[in-house]
Amino acid sequence: MIQALAFYVMAAVTVLAALAVVGARNPVHSVLFLITAFFSAAGLFVLLGAEFLAMLLVVVYVGAVAVLFLFVVMMLDIDFAKLKAGFAQYLPIGGLVGGILATEMILVALAVGREGAAAKNALPDANAGGASNIEAIGQVLYTDYSYFFEAAGLILLVAMIGAIVLTLRHKPHVKRQDIGAQVARTPKKGMEVVQIKPGSGVEL
Amino acid sequence: MNNITDSLRMAHPEVILSAVTILLTAIGAFAGRKASLVVSALAVISLIGVAVIAAIGVPVGIAFGGSFISDAAASYAKVGIYLMSAVAVILGYGWLGRLSARQFEYPLLILLAATGMGIMVSAGDLISLYIGIELQSLALYVLAAFRRDDPKASEAGLKYFVLGALSSGLLLYGASLIYGFAGSTHFDVIAAAVKAGTGTGVLFGLVFLICGLAFKVSAAPFHMWTPDVYEGAPTPVVAFFTAAPKLAAMVLILRVLYTGFPDNIEQWRQIILLIAIVSVGVGAFAGLVQSNIKRLLAYSSIANMGYVLIGLSAGNHEGAQAVLIFMSLYMIDATGFFAALTALSRGGKPMETIADMAGLSRTNPAMAITITLLAFSAMGIPPLPGFWGKFYVFKAAIDAGQWPIAVAGLVGSVVAAFYYLRLVKVMWLDDSPGAVDKGPLDARIVAFASALFAFPLVMIGLTWIEHYSGYAADAFGLL
Repeated sequence: MIQALAFYVMAAVTVLAALAVVGARNPVHSVLFLITAFFSAAGLFVLLGAEFLAMLLVVVYVGAVAVLFLFVVMMLDIDFAKLKAGFAQYLPIGGLVGGILATEMILVALAVGREGAAAKNALPDANAGGASNIEAIGQVLYTDYSYFFEAAGLILLVAMIGAIVLTLRHKPHVKRQDIGAQVARTPKKGMEVVQIKPGSGVEL
Repeated sequence: MNNITDSLRMAHPEVILSAVTILLTAIGAFAGRKASLVVSALAVISLIGVAVIAAIGVPVGIAFGGSFISDAAASYAKVGIYLMSAVAVILGYGWLGRLSARQFEYPLLILLAATGMGIMVSAGDLISLYIGIELQSLALYVLAAFRRDDPKASEAGLKYFVLGALSSGLLLYGASLIYGFAGSTHFDVIAAAVKAGTGTGVLFGLVFLICGLAFKVSAAPFHMWTPDVYEGAPTPVVAFFTAAPKLAAMVLILRVLYTGFPDNIEQWRQIILLIAIVSVGVGAFAGLVQSNIKRLLAYSSIANMGYVLIGLSAGNHEGAQAVLIFMSLYMIDATGFFAALTALSRGGKPMETIADMAGLSRTNPAMAITITLLAFSAMGIPPLPGFWGKFYVFKAAIDAGQWPIAVAGLVGSVVAAFYYLRLVKVMWLDDSPGAVDKGPLDARIVAFASALFAFPLVMIGLTWIEHYSGYAADAFGLL
């Protein structure tokens, strides 16, 4: 009973918050609603018994991604009113695509209601075999799923190389500290004894 | 589950490529731009090396618990992908040198894209499908925007990225529906599950999955990004885009449809045929009004993807073989075209419009003959490669009883012949506005090699390609 209640409350909050993300006029509010949606989705994961995924969602998405969004939204001077100017113009085609997607989702939801998902199996138990789901993930992540894990690592390497290629600029006039050069400096290199003739300046 | 050593043996090409990539990243990071030549040379050597390994040295089997398939089809595709990637590294090295912006990251990104394509063609389940596609696409997005100071290239990269992310979203949505309703991510388990009875959910998932994959091969109506990206991205990069990634995505479509959904052929055939016909139509008719050569070639590639999908819709051994033959011949043709385009400039300005090519037969006859040969091949004049590709594709479709579609495809190819002929006419009959530059050696060699393949080497090459693609098509092993 309490579980069902919790589910409906959190599901409703997730959906409403997601709508508000798109609908909010102020982009900062959008990000805050996004955080709300993440939190209530994490709550849904807890209800399923997948507390590790719930923590991941909070730590990674709320802690890192959403905060990053917030920074971007607040630091970049984007005129969101201007971005939304073409709204009415694109409404028909956007509405069409959205309508198709919505119809399909409803049909799928009906199909799930009729036959049940996952080839008519019951919902898998997140804590099967007595192991907590962190243990269960740990047991397969570096063994059965090692291939995916390594390949995902390569994707991150692409992201890193890509970010460097597209954004790193070596500016010619920036002075950087070169510790090696500093340490290698000797009194001989650093000092020069200059004989000055009376009445003239120093030539450097 | 077989042990990890066997699995790694089957994945040798990918393992070697990843290791080489990481090693070269380290070399490049420490040595900087000076290392560009070393990194590029090692990249080419290792790509050719893994192509050889994929051809002869990889055991056949299923690795990593079914998520990696090593079979004749994967090997066939990998040989093509790795060799084309090696060509891309060579073309790119010369191009970056001329810009005096020689960056060692270029070969690294090609290597990573090649690894991703290897994962794609060996995908045995939905997760490796997605990971392979992402690894490949992310590298390609960066390559498209590689000239970050050029607004057009940045625009191309951004457009490609945003639309690619959208298509990945569609693909993931479809994959999650299939997983939810079939109960597994493995293609063979999905095939068994849908054999027992196909629900609406799985079919919806399949539709989304096909839409996502159609984005990756730039088939209409998911082609919007293609002309803009081809126009904006650097020409050697486009030469890469048009070859290897499309072969990888086509083999992946074969894998998904022939291995994962062999019993739903009636359902997916309709979708594939619709996409094929729209692609042929868009490619043929929209190509007529283009004045930019790269945009023209983009529409040509859309039309060609349509022909391939017509062959794919046959849903049998012949269809798979036709797809592989067409893609192999098309890759060589298209790479030659773009290499020729890289080689052509007038007064240091690259030729961009069809009008720029006027009178090329008098100013640069060798290149004019090359482009003419490649254009005739793309038109489908026998005995050039384009003819053989279309021959196998339409034959497979007609044998499978799809003759109305084959006729529509032929009509499209006749319409498309107009713009190739216009190109030839402009080159041979119009007056030249002035002398053209000599053109860089690397691009000229690739273009001439491609033309040499178009005529007369294709007659020898085709017997090989037919032989090995037959083996490769057997690997799908169904129907």
